[in-house]
Amino acid sequence: MLIFALRRLALTIPTFFGLMFVTFAAIRLVPGDPVEVRVGEHGISAERLTYFRHQLGLDHPVWRQFADYVWNILHGDFGVSLSTQQKVLTEFLTLFPATLELSFFALLFAIGLGVPLGAVAALQRGKWVDQVLMTIALIGYSMPIFWWGLVLVMLVSTVWHILPTSGRVDPILFDYPFVTGFMTIDGWLSGQAGAAKDALRHLVLPAIVLGTVPLGFIARMTRSSMLEVLSEDYVRTARAKGLSPFRVVGIHALRNAMLPVITAIGLSVSGLMAGAVLTETIFSWPGVGKWLIDSINRRDYPALQGGVMLVSTIVVVVNMLVDILYGVADPRIRHGR
Amino acid sequence: MAAEAAAAAPRPAPSRLLAFWSAFCENHGAVFGLVVLGCVLFLAIFANLVAPYAPNVPFDNSARIPPIWDAGGTLKFLLGTDGNGRDQLSRLIFGARLSLFIGLSVMSVSFCVGVALGLLAAMGGSIVDTLITRIMDLLQAMPSLVLAILVVAILGPSLTNTIVAVTIVYLPRYVRLVRAAAMGELPKDYVVAARVAGASPLRLAFVTVLPNCLAPLIVQAALGVSDAILEAAGLGFLSLGAQAPTSEWGTMLADSREFIRSDPWIVALPGIAILITVVSINLVGDGLRDAFDPKLRRS
Repeated sequence: MLIFALRRLALTIPTFFGLMFVTFAAIRLVPGDPVEVRVGEHGISAERLTYFRHQLGLDHPVWRQFADYVWNILHGDFGVSLSTQQKVLTEFLTLFPATLELSFFALLFAIGLGVPLGAVAALQRGKWVDQVLMTIALIGYSMPIFWWGLVLVMLVSTVWHILPTSGRVDPILFDYPFVTGFMTIDGWLSGQAGAAKDALRHLVLPAIVLGTVPLGFIARMTRSSMLEVLSEDYVRTARAKGLSPFRVVGIHALRNAMLPVITAIGLSVSGLMAGAVLTETIFSWPGVGKWLIDSINRRDYPALQGGVMLVSTIVVVVNMLVDILYGVADPRIRHGR
Repeated sequence: MAAEAAAAAPRPAPSRLLAFWSAFCENHGAVFGLVVLGCVLFLAIFANLVAPYAPNVPFDNSARIPPIWDAGGTLKFLLGTDGNGRDQLSRLIFGARLSLFIGLSVMSVSFCVGVALGLLAAMGGSIVDTLITRIMDLLQAMPSLVLAILVVAILGPSLTNTIVAVTIVYLPRYVRLVRAAAMGELPKDYVVAARVAGASPLRLAFVTVLPNCLAPLIVQAALGVSDAILEAAGLGFLSLGAQAPTSEWGTMLADSREFIRSDPWIVALPGIAILITVVSINLVGDGLRDAFDPKLRRS
């Protein structure tokens, strides 16, 4: 088992170095000298230009610059943001809880609704319930979420007036001391009545929007996985033993049908991050996705470079953990190739 | 006697294509999707003839006219006009052309490059295989939109660069699929036979092995078109894709965001167009998968 985990870990090392190479090369490929981009149209004297280029290490040969870049990253230095003059890692760590909280609730919505929908559809296979549910799943799966977000904002802000449509909290009503970065928890810890609820209310719409595509995906996965399991011998045995349908489906079938679904959920982290970019932009959600878009619009290339590196690292690590956990759950994977 | 003989003679087996078609038609959703997709395709191809106006021509004093079914709508603009007084219907029709063009070109390029790289990885020896697989791992490690944003940051936002970015994003899917399928086929007897018979590596790859890997690829290609359309529209929405005044659906959405409260239909229509197109392509993709894989169909 340990060897399996170590081998999987070793596989991520070249990917990690590859990521460093790609992000390094990408920013070098952006047209324009970094210093000149930084000073904009003001112009700069030749002396100052040389000074800044030296400070940024741009007067070194490219291989040396790359070596420095790798060295810095390995020491946790992802550069300094041009627009805020803060360390990229610090900025990322302040913003990441927002994205994590949003993704958590989006997955909660997707799993909480998707698994039952898929299971019911499988049990009602071929009937109208199945068809209706699978149509919903297909629409969810095909949804342009940036539009879906706008539609919900439109409905809620013009028709229903029940939920906030931007931001994470209402800073005028409540004070949220930074403890964990998760507003629901920080609001609860602050002891103000209604603070956690306010954070939750802000989460509803973005979580639905970000969770819609995973919802469709999970419902479809659960249905097909359930159909496979329902035709297994042990389910027939359970039925023959006279167990209640609820026990047969809930305990015997659904539990076994969940393994591939859980893996798929684990591997959907990458998709969630992509979705978060759009969702956060629509709802002015101060997370990593919106920060990446803001960075590109501000031409803040160090922030973009560090952000892409960090987001991708998280995806790589999560995928590795999912693989290892899957190996724990299913020995066949471990001993396979 | 003659009639008896005729009845006893085995009926000619239906051609494979016909059998495939009837399997496809068993899935009513897929047929529905195909019909809708056909309509969208028709509008896209004949946009010049079908659209009432040119997509980028503003009409004087005609900004934000509501669609015909709304109070204040006119027959002149069936689906109303946008914030600049341009006919929405015409923009949507020309947008269909753009979106399908993006989807199809992304699919064809990533399909062809993916097939070539996948076959090379499967047959080119372990060093080539490791190299290609690692690079694909790397591309897949980055969230699709984040990778696309990085590419656009380098190349600058435009329609062509959107296609380039999305193609790079979707390349690994095809490479992995072809590699895995080809690896499964290579040890089989017919491949060994062809090799012994002296088939050149190219012939072996493209004539012997590839046709037997096509089924999952075609399904992936169909679904890849809809994903590419969504991805490109997402980039357009973030103002990183096709630039205004291009009537790309995502760009149209981004342009109309300010009217979300005052004139919701301007925002609603491009999204509905994207949704209809993507749903119909996904329906066709599901139908293709069912038709290719009888085992799945029965379950």
